[in-house]
Amino acid sequence: MIWKLFLTFLKIGAFTFGGGYAMIPLIQREVVEQNQWLTDEDILDIIAIAESTPGPIAINSATFVGYKVAGFFGAFCCTLGVVLPSFITILLVSFVLEQFEAIKAVQYAFNGIRAGVLALILKALINMYKKCPKGWVSYVVMAAAFIGVAVFDVNVLLVIVGCAVFGLVTSLIAEKRCAK
Amino acid sequence: MIFLYLFLTFFKIGAFTFGGGYAMLPLIQKEVVSLGWMSNETILNFIAVSESTPGPFAINMATYVGQAMGGQYGLWGNLLGAFCATLGVVLPSFVIILLVAKFFETFKNSRIVAGCMTGLKPAVIGLIGSAVISTGVTVFFPAGISLAVFTTVEFLSALVIFALALVLALKKVHPILIIVISAILGITVGYLL
Repeated sequence: MIWKLFLTFLKIGAFTFGGGYAMIPLIQREVVEQNQWLTDEDILDIIAIAESTPGPIAINSATFVGYKVAGFFGAFCCTLGVVLPSFITILLVSFVLEQFEAIKAVQYAFNGIRAGVLALILKALINMYKKCPKGWVSYVVMAAAFIGVAVFDVNVLLVIVGCAVFGLVTSLIAEKRCAK
Repeated sequence: MIFLYLFLTFFKIGAFTFGGGYAMLPLIQKEVVSLGWMSNETILNFIAVSESTPGPFAINMATYVGQAMGGQYGLWGNLLGAFCATLGVVLPSFVIILLVAKFFETFKNSRIVAGCMTGLKPAVIGLIGSAVISTGVTVFFPAGISLAVFTTVEFLSALVIFALALVLALKKVHPILIIVISAILGITVGYLL
């Protein structure tokens, strides 16, 4: 069972490009449909948990699935499985990259690629903005985080903690008002 | 001790990234660039590699930075550096999820968690916004911002490739295809102009 968990997540890790949310449909197919380890409802729980805990979505979901199915060792094997393909691929790729870095054509290619990647990041930002709940708290936090880091170079960790506390306080106040 | 630093830096990145994917970019940029480990350009180049290889962005990035920094100690240094950084970025997630899974019902219905999330979700958007700005400066003004830059071939070609890539991305063209197209355009511009 544990071996099978490891192999399943090895496969998921090896066939997900882009990571994170791209992994969810694969997890669902392998874990729910093929092996019936968990139900669709569990997958929804996993997404909710992965979003509200720190760390990469892929690791969070692998650890969570592994734990639910087979306890600590399950969690360990799933996480190892999902990490291993990345780890090995990148080690190999970076050696190759080093060999080709000095070539003029490669440098030109990366000049173009950097502009393309900027567009990809902007696209990700637009998608996240569309999915984010709107409201004055959201807009204030977005603006504060943006200006804090982009203009005043405030420590990113400080911004994250500050925004979490702000969100907590405002939602508790809103709740109290509703109760009255 | 570079290996301990790698572990601790990526532990911090893993512990404070909410949302996955590019949500990790602002923290990686700040930490890795400010430590002098890598330039913004190298990170951008690697994002393209990460999009075109399997696996989550966070793991790819940690492995890449780790092996590059450990490389000064030879081949085993590459391996150990990659291992330390990857372990660092995975560990916080792993431990926190184990705890959450144990107390799942409490966590799921917690008003405190839900409250923090109302601040964290928009915060990540603001942070990525700032990453877009610093990335934009790297792409368009690699030699600093001045009036003369706006008419250079480098600036104009970057602008055209960026605009084209954005249109393709919004039309949901696959990221790998966008990277390939940008690379071809980059090579063409490089040799023609």
